[in-house]
Amino acid sequence: MNIIFYRKYFLGISGILILASIVSVFVFGLKPGIDFVGGTLWQIKPIADSQQLTIGDFKAFLEKELLIKNFSVYSETESQSFLLRMNHISESEHQDYLVKVKLRFGDVEELRYETIGPTIGKELRTKAIWAIILVLFGISFYVAYAFRKVSYPIKSWKYGAITLITLFHDVIIPTGLLAVLGYFKGVELNTNFIVALLVIVGFSVHDTIVVFDRIRENLIISRDKLELKEIINQSINQTLARSINTSVTLVLVLMTLLLLGPESLKYFILIILVGVIIGTYSSIFIASPSLILIRGKKA
Amino acid sequence: MKRTNLLLIALFILEILSVFFIFPKFPESINFGSKFLPWRLGLDLVGGSHLIYEVDMSRISDAGRDSVMAGLRDVIEKRVNLFGVSEPQVVSAKEGEAYRLIVELAGVKDISAAINQIGETPFLEFREVIGSGTSTQFLATNLTGRYLKSAQLDFNQTTGGPFLSIEFNDEGAKLFEEVTEKNVGKQICTFVDYSLADCATVQEKISGGKAQITGKFTVDEVKQMASRFNAGALPAPIKLISQQTVGASLGQESLEKAVYAGAIGTLIIILFMISYYRNFGFFASLALLIYIPLTLAVFKIIPGFTMTLAGIAGFILSIGMAVDANVLIFERTKEEIKNGLSKALAIEEGFKRAWPSIRDSNASTIITSVILYYFASSFVKGFALALLIGVLVSMFSAITITRTLLRAFIKNKI
Repeated sequence: MNIIFYRKYFLGISGILILASIVSVFVFGLKPGIDFVGGTLWQIKPIADSQQLTIGDFKAFLEKELLIKNFSVYSETESQSFLLRMNHISESEHQDYLVKVKLRFGDVEELRYETIGPTIGKELRTKAIWAIILVLFGISFYVAYAFRKVSYPIKSWKYGAITLITLFHDVIIPTGLLAVLGYFKGVELNTNFIVALLVIVGFSVHDTIVVFDRIRENLIISRDKLELKEIINQSINQTLARSINTSVTLVLVLMTLLLLGPESLKYFILIILVGVIIGTYSSIFIASPSLILIRGKKA
Repeated sequence: MKRTNLLLIALFILEILSVFFIFPKFPESINFGSKFLPWRLGLDLVGGSHLIYEVDMSRISDAGRDSVMAGLRDVIEKRVNLFGVSEPQVVSAKEGEAYRLIVELAGVKDISAAINQIGETPFLEFREVIGSGTSTQFLATNLTGRYLKSAQLDFNQTTGGPFLSIEFNDEGAKLFEEVTEKNVGKQICTFVDYSLADCATVQEKISGGKAQITGKFTVDEVKQMASRFNAGALPAPIKLISQQTVGASLGQESLEKAVYAGAIGTLIIILFMISYYRNFGFFASLALLIYIPLTLAVFKIIPGFTMTLAGIAGFILSIGMAVDANVLIFERTKEEIKNGLSKALAIEEGFKRAWPSIRDSNASTIITSVILYYFASSFVKGFALALLIGVLVSMFSAITITRTLLRAFIKNKI
């Protein structure tokens, strides 16, 4: 497959995806999770033989009878429950609401109840930011280590720079997806999302490094015989099976987890899944073609 | 050749031990794993509540804070034990300047009742009185509800009025003696939940650790106070600032679904590996089947390891990554065969050449999971630890298990 020849198309696809992601982040915005700003998440399930409860009824009840302001409700079809998000409340308010809900709609089961005060939210936010910074540092050092040997005709820092650029590529697209999911499904930017992104970062980086490693190996062997474009293309094709197969095993596992696994992990898994696919795509179709772009006219 | 066979036997024995160690459903006689070390499952799998209390230390001197935390932990533990919670986890933590108490209640049916039980724990303290009239000041002493041994309702022999008779433990008795000695002729006041309950003038130093709180209470009030105090009184006030509760049915369902998805995922990987790599794929699958119980055994053997839903997710992710190393080795081996090496030699060469890639490709995941582990929220911790151990065992598995299997079974044929 002549990936270098068609590089404009591959770069174009990524360009469109990135643009779409940035636009959706700006248009839809990112919903900060309750673990970052404080708030309450309450999942309740009406017991089967009680009266049929629609989301409209429930919303009206919350608004008019419980007088809750600033809330959002989503229905979870699989577990037949409602997911309510609102501000941080005290345990006595929680019990008060529960009694009123039971009076109005019959018995309900509390599947999940989380309420996080603003102080804890702030702490978790700070920790998340630190984790991101440390992982980026750690990965950058790792990249610097991996490309420590200078090679001709591409300077080693350029490999590193492109690795980091593809890394941003792999992070921006799932973030765009989160913005879309947030708008339509109420999915929030929470600790789980940050963890998913960092896992993607770890995965994407080594995928790119394997391809680059092969390029350097081939540059040493056949620098004089072949043109740079051909060497790069050959290297990608040599590592193609490996790149795709290692991702395929991960994608297969993530797919089964997504389809058969627990509901509460659904979006966490989805983000990692998309990130792994995007990361594999970028290490094959973006990273190496970018080497040609960044090389400039000199080589 | 002999060494390979020995390794094979050792792996086989290790594997059998692991299976018995991790699997909880064998008959009693051979089920040695859960006998001395049952799985510890997280709240998100068994249902339960994760509570964070903020401790108000504003009235406690720096030096006394650690002992107050220890006291709080004891009292809360006693409280939840009374409620019948099995193995409650009560941990104190310091976050910047704030003192926290993290309480984990697993599998409680009525969590709100348990929370109320903790919330109702009275805060008892004894204060000295300085000055008089309008300039009266109450000065906190070290003597608090923490040192309480028991409390009971009693009646004054002459007036017939009810009072609360309390007894301190040894430490408390000593403190009470010191406080009374210091305040002979002065007043000592009792505060319950910050409100003044009773003041009494100290006639002489009191030894033996017995005191009375008379106040203006009805019989019922004193009775209630006695039962609350008997369940433990707090050395400092606490406030619930965060609560995460998962219902037992959701937890159970999550566990079943996660295990089911993991099993199906493994099966699909095996089908993929065998259909793509044939012979090699078969051995990689065998290695994967050895890898899974081995990793679970490592999880279980780590002291204090709690398996959470996120941990299972991290582990399943590591199953997907574990095959990665085998793919690297096989692709390299295929290339070596193309270059004209014999199968046996190509395998050896494939392992040798793939090792740097395996090491490097796992390095970034290891970096990420170690940092995530110190990120410390319990979801993240479980996930990161499982991923880290999974990746480490998978490196061992690729290099040792797959190689031993291939050496033992393929080399012999050629």
